[in-house]
Amino acid sequence: MGVRQIGARVQRVEDENLIRGDGKYVDDIQLPGMAYAAFLRSSMAHAKIKITDIAAAQALPGVYAVLTYDTLPSSLVSKTQLETYPAPIIKQSVCPDLLASEEVAHVGQAIAMVIASSRHIAEDACELIQVDYTALRVAVDVVEAAKPEGPLAHSHLKDNIAASIETKFGDVETAFSECDDTLKLSFKQHRGGCHAMECRGVLGDWQQQLGELTLYSSTQCPYLVRRMVSRQLDCPESSIRVIAPDVGGGFGPKAGYYPEEALIAIATKELRRPIKWTEDRREHFTATNQQRDQIWELEVGFKKTGEITAIKGHVTHDSGAFLNYGLLLSATTLMPLPGPYKIKNLHVTLNTVYTNTVSTSPVRGAGRPNAAYAMDRVIDAVARHLSIDPADMRHINLVKNEDFPYQPGSKHRNGSMMTYDSGDYTGMLAMVKEMADYDNFRQEQKQARANGKYLGIGLACFIEDTGMGPYEGVNVRIDVTGNVIASTGAASQGQGHATVIAQVIAEQLDIEISKIRVESGDTGKFPHGIGAIGSRTGVNVGLSANDASGQVKKKALKLASILLDKHEDALELSDGAVRVRSDSNQFITLADLALQLSPAVAGKLPDGFDSAGLEAVSYLSSDYMPHSSGANIAKVEVDIVTGGIKILDYYVVHDCGRILNPMIVDGQIIGGVVHGIGNAMFEQMVYDDAGNPMTTNYGDYLLPLASEMPEIHVAHIETPSPANPMGLKGAGEGGTIPAIGAMINAIEDALTPFDAYIAHYPVTPEYIVELVDSEKIAAE
Amino acid sequence: MQEHEVQMQVNGKVVSGKVESRTHLGDFLRQSAGLTGTHLGCEHGVCGACTVIVDGDAVRSCLMLAVQADNCEVTTIEGIAEADGTLHPLQEAFRNNHALQCGFCTAGMITSLHAFLSENPNRSETEIREAISGNICRCTGYQGIVSAAMEAAEKLAKR
Repeated sequence: MGVRQIGARVQRVEDENLIRGDGKYVDDIQLPGMAYAAFLRSSMAHAKIKITDIAAAQALPGVYAVLTYDTLPSSLVSKTQLETYPAPIIKQSVCPDLLASEEVAHVGQAIAMVIASSRHIAEDACELIQVDYTALRVAVDVVEAAKPEGPLAHSHLKDNIAASIETKFGDVETAFSECDDTLKLSFKQHRGGCHAMECRGVLGDWQQQLGELTLYSSTQCPYLVRRMVSRQLDCPESSIRVIAPDVGGGFGPKAGYYPEEALIAIATKELRRPIKWTEDRREHFTATNQQRDQIWELEVGFKKTGEITAIKGHVTHDSGAFLNYGLLLSATTLMPLPGPYKIKNLHVTLNTVYTNTVSTSPVRGAGRPNAAYAMDRVIDAVARHLSIDPADMRHINLVKNEDFPYQPGSKHRNGSMMTYDSGDYTGMLAMVKEMADYDNFRQEQKQARANGKYLGIGLACFIEDTGMGPYEGVNVRIDVTGNVIASTGAASQGQGHATVIAQVIAEQLDIEISKIRVESGDTGKFPHGIGAIGSRTGVNVGLSANDASGQVKKKALKLASILLDKHEDALELSDGAVRVRSDSNQFITLADLALQLSPAVAGKLPDGFDSAGLEAVSYLSSDYMPHSSGANIAKVEVDIVTGGIKILDYYVVHDCGRILNPMIVDGQIIGGVVHGIGNAMFEQMVYDDAGNPMTTNYGDYLLPLASEMPEIHVAHIETPSPANPMGLKGAGEGGTIPAIGAMINAIEDALTPFDAYIAHYPVTPEYIVELVDSEKIAAE
Repeated sequence: MQEHEVQMQVNGKVVSGKVESRTHLGDFLRQSAGLTGTHLGCEHGVCGACTVIVDGDAVRSCLMLAVQADNCEVTTIEGIAEADGTLHPLQEAFRNNHALQCGFCTAGMITSLHAFLSENPNRSETEIREAISGNICRCTGYQGIVSAAMEAAEKLAKR
């Protein structure tokens, strides 16, 4: 034993079941007497509605119930979805009715719920429900919606502005008056949806005799679901157990609280039988939160040397129909500005605007990819204006090593000053340039252009606030078999948290990973939790698992010291037992120690022991937010005739502090980069002028495929975070955050001979051809 | 709705049941045969998560009706390992190469690759990438999956 676990490429404990087909996702669970739910959803983007007939649906054989707004139980605290993250800064908060009452605000909003003996019958019955729609003016385009005279997304509002927020520091006006030159640029950012391969699913099982509800949900945040269902139904949290079993990907949109979770809870309680709802893929496009459009207008002030001194501007953010996830997207858009660049004066405002489209909430990275994109587009625009190489331009503006800890001047949404704890931004830039053979590529590019081939190289540098607290606790318990049971509030959707927790415990307790059982994603197993969001879980559970198992170790040594009658200093923990250092044949196993702490055996707890069991719990977190960072380079070849883009290579240098499992971190980074490439090139949620979603299947909405993805080369530096005792920083979203910027900068770089400016993404072949042609036409 | 008797060999065992005409093979396998390792990702034949092997060919079980599989031989992810539980080289390689994260697309990836490499295990990386271009993975970026397929192909070629 004594094998180093932390930092090793340990194979995942999760994989054994998953590769055999023995995983258990919500839809795999069958309960006796279970019924199935389906939803009738709005076919119009904005309309007054009247349900005129449900009798035919009720009469269909196999239908158990049809629920509408009017027939929801009066015991509910509210028939409208409660706000998940209320904030005083929200000027107009609109959440959906659990089932629409009088007005629908997007195609896909739930109007009625049918419970039947099969999903087929439930869906058949939905078609028998008659709804009269009276069309209202539709707000689709966020720019129009933001105007005072724009069409209203909700007829009871005065305007569509949900909230206005800003980030401001330095002296922007003076900096602009003192700079050498200014540049204005505007661009639209479009991010797609969740598209976890498992759609959402909820299974509710009300047990009347116990007065208890078990709710299985494919959620990232089981404790949030428990809290919200408890509040919505006015029943104690302790009577609700939310279980997130195997979850087939999360990526943000599964972190919310949805009407379906409340409705399944209501229905199972009313009908007193288990009820399951499995979202289908079309519903995923029309009823699961997405990220979508942001319109950015920026003005940049800079010196001739390339030093950027000031930025001001405005962002118009499309919130979709409702604000059921608060202002998290808006806040995480502004908060990371100005990224890794040392820009001392900045003022950017943001309006969160309602439209008659699907609601939005964070998708991998939340607003951070938007902020990173904005900064990397600014850097490239100024570089081009001043004829400075984009890599040199970055070097000039990056925060330098001697600046750490660096405070850009902005505030985190928890109210604290943003503090970049540690890093080596210029070192990573140099490293990624070397990996990509940057200087030679510039030569290659020149020659290629002479031969009519358009190669491009794009850079992006970023920071990410990670590891957000306040905690994600871990309880470590050694049972009488000598096995370790770790339970945690963290939930997983494929990130491999169980493996990482087991690694940390295995190293602390010098025990085989196969003897550690990790229980997570179940509110019945651990009292408090938050969820897998914001690249926070590895940091929080890493610290807590380390701390809790450290406490267990101390406890074991203390007890062994009494039982073996040796000073603690003379003892060591190894291979499942506490041994006398000078004589390893004198030992007591962890199993025996655990048994001694079972009062039924020992009669009373030994002196000095005030808690039961060989166990300890920890909620240790970082003192402040550790910042991960990175530098990326994309290389592309653009075919100016077909508009096709071939990604030649992609390079990443990433810093997430001390790495717990490099295999898992690389997996997160590579997967994240491909998600960003999808945003840059493929994923587009299109609405027509009437608010009808035009891309609701994977023929119309494109996701990255194996055949188009490049080899992604990943390297790491490890600057330990001083914000926590293990030096950890988060890694879940750092692949995605810079990728869009690197890709778009690369594509634009390839089109330099055409002086093209990419004003929006995804960059489709049609857009490339348009960019090339308009310049050609202008030249003629 | 009219029901039909169907019978098929699934992972070497006879499975039979009554199904409606509209019941697709994926639902039949999951609900009637209890084989929930086959996952339904899009139910319109694009994502490939529900891929199973029918008479040697990789088939999207959401696009094939259960009645069409009557008298066929079907292999699902549960039937990929040896009868004694020994993992297939593809399964081993998926674990070795971190070719899965959430695991939802994994069954379809492995069955697709199983059919593809059974035809001929001598495949280039480009061919492998093409072979799984009908299987969407949101987690991995495909790199681990491609490495796993290459590793398994090499082993299978030596068999």
